[in-house]
Amino acid sequence: MSLDISVARKWKGFELEVSFSSQNEILGILGASGCGKSMTLKCIAGIVTPEKGRITVGERVLFDAAAKICVKPQERRVGYLFQQYALFPHMTVEENIGCALSHLAKNQRRKKIEWLLNRFQMENLGRRYPGQLSGGQQQRVALARILAYEPEVLLLDEPFSALDFHLKEQLQLELRDFIQEYSGDVVLVTHSREEAYRFCSQLIILEEGKCIAQGDTRSLFQNPGLLTVARLTGCKNFSQARQTGPCTIFAEDWGIELTVEQEIPEGIDYVGIRAHHFLPAAEEKMPNCFPIAVRSIMEGPFEWNILFRSPEGKRASEDIWWTVGKDKYGGQAPSYLQVLPENILLLRSAAR
Amino acid sequence: MDFTPLLISMRTASVSIFFTFFLGVFAAKLVAGMERERLKIILDGILTLPLVLPPTVAGFFLLYLFGVKRPLGLFFLQFFGVKIAFSWSATVLAASVISFPLMYRSARGAFEQVDQTLVQAARTLGMSEGKIFWRIVMPLALPGVASGGILAFARGLGEFGATAMIAGNVAGKTRTLPLAIYSAVAAGDMEGAYDYVIVILLVSFLVVAGMNWFTAKERKYTRREGRR
Repeated sequence: MSLDISVARKWKGFELEVSFSSQNEILGILGASGCGKSMTLKCIAGIVTPEKGRITVGERVLFDAAAKICVKPQERRVGYLFQQYALFPHMTVEENIGCALSHLAKNQRRKKIEWLLNRFQMENLGRRYPGQLSGGQQQRVALARILAYEPEVLLLDEPFSALDFHLKEQLQLELRDFIQEYSGDVVLVTHSREEAYRFCSQLIILEEGKCIAQGDTRSLFQNPGLLTVARLTGCKNFSQARQTGPCTIFAEDWGIELTVEQEIPEGIDYVGIRAHHFLPAAEEKMPNCFPIAVRSIMEGPFEWNILFRSPEGKRASEDIWWTVGKDKYGGQAPSYLQVLPENILLLRSAAR
Repeated sequence: MDFTPLLISMRTASVSIFFTFFLGVFAAKLVAGMERERLKIILDGILTLPLVLPPTVAGFFLLYLFGVKRPLGLFFLQFFGVKIAFSWSATVLAASVISFPLMYRSARGAFEQVDQTLVQAARTLGMSEGKIFWRIVMPLALPGVASGGILAFARGLGEFGATAMIAGNVAGKTRTLPLAIYSAVAAGDMEGAYDYVIVILLVSFLVVAGMNWFTAKERKYTRREGRR
């Protein structure tokens, strides 16, 4: 099955304009909150209606503004896993699952519910109410309910945003196993780069309703290309930059000249360095090595976060973050840091 | 003590709550689901008007519409042979109109409190709109809807102004409890008024206490026992 979507919608001063397609894979949509991620999913599910565009799943047209086609959400066969799971609180687990099976005869429905409870290891929870279940069990009920409806597309809207840390890790594993068995298209919306990286083979990056980058997840993280994309993939340190040679660039905010691995393409006006890509150095002789003035140190459970500045840098520039594991480093800040040439991100501030 | 006013009041309130309940729920569902903001405000204003108008003004309008020689009154008289003004049905009409906003507003508030994502989830699971309303929205809004119904019933029981305007004060026919109290006092029969006052106090208190009990009652599904 393949999912093709291209929609535009204006809503209270906000414009959404996205188009992408996915072919039997797990597609991630990464973006800050309020960028239109959930809105995109709601357009696919038919909860909101876009003004322009077309949405198709395989051969089926779900929405086509030009042809005035807008299939009701009831008939789209698109499963939607809501942030808080949206279980009906006044119905038992069995009744919740049964809601998606209203087209079946009673005994068939019974059988299917039993099969699903079995499939999700919830045989003894059928008579409970959602409020009596743990977060993990609630997620399983929600998934069972969606599966009962046999959707061709599965939409996951920030499935882990409301969970405690330890629960999150475990549920991510459960959901990953579930998705791998699922045969349709999956779209996962998240603001967390970790979730995007763990779950999605393809990634779309949304900013203010526009799709600013799209591609293979790993390569997007390795080479974000755009300043905003680098920021969303978790890079913390940026400086305006000016090319000084074929392989050298001057970071203006930091007052440091950096050497990079490949030849610098045209239009690069920023550099970025991820917080864990700094290495302590003994002296200034090595390439990309510079003195630092430590501003403050924050201790985490397993790492140090050291905020520093370059003495040569602009006074108004922001502190630079360096994150280093406690196993690698004792916490006493060195006088010099180094960055390997391959770890310097060459960025553009605006799409060409 | 003459029990006819009590019987008339109970009959009036019981019949009028039937109309009020269904019309109120229907109007609440309609307005709660409206997307055009301006129309919503205007419609809500009209539907709430009987609550804020002096009952005599509401009664005046009813008389204006349902009087024997007025358009609606004439219509009922000619087509159904029913004379509404100054008959028992006028007490029902007055009580329904005056208690309607209480029902409508409570139900609307209760419907709007229901988490919209539940409705959206139900749609993506293939449930029809009718099923969504009766199986999801209504059960979750039930405490609010029920308390609206009880308030409307109590209001209908105590209706005086509009009833006096359109139904008059015909002993044994349209003389409800509040009118009986008024008549007793007007005739200087304080003792008689006393009995009616106690009856209406008791009934009203029971109704409101019943409502509080109902809304405060723990629902089965919110109980957390058996949680693991």
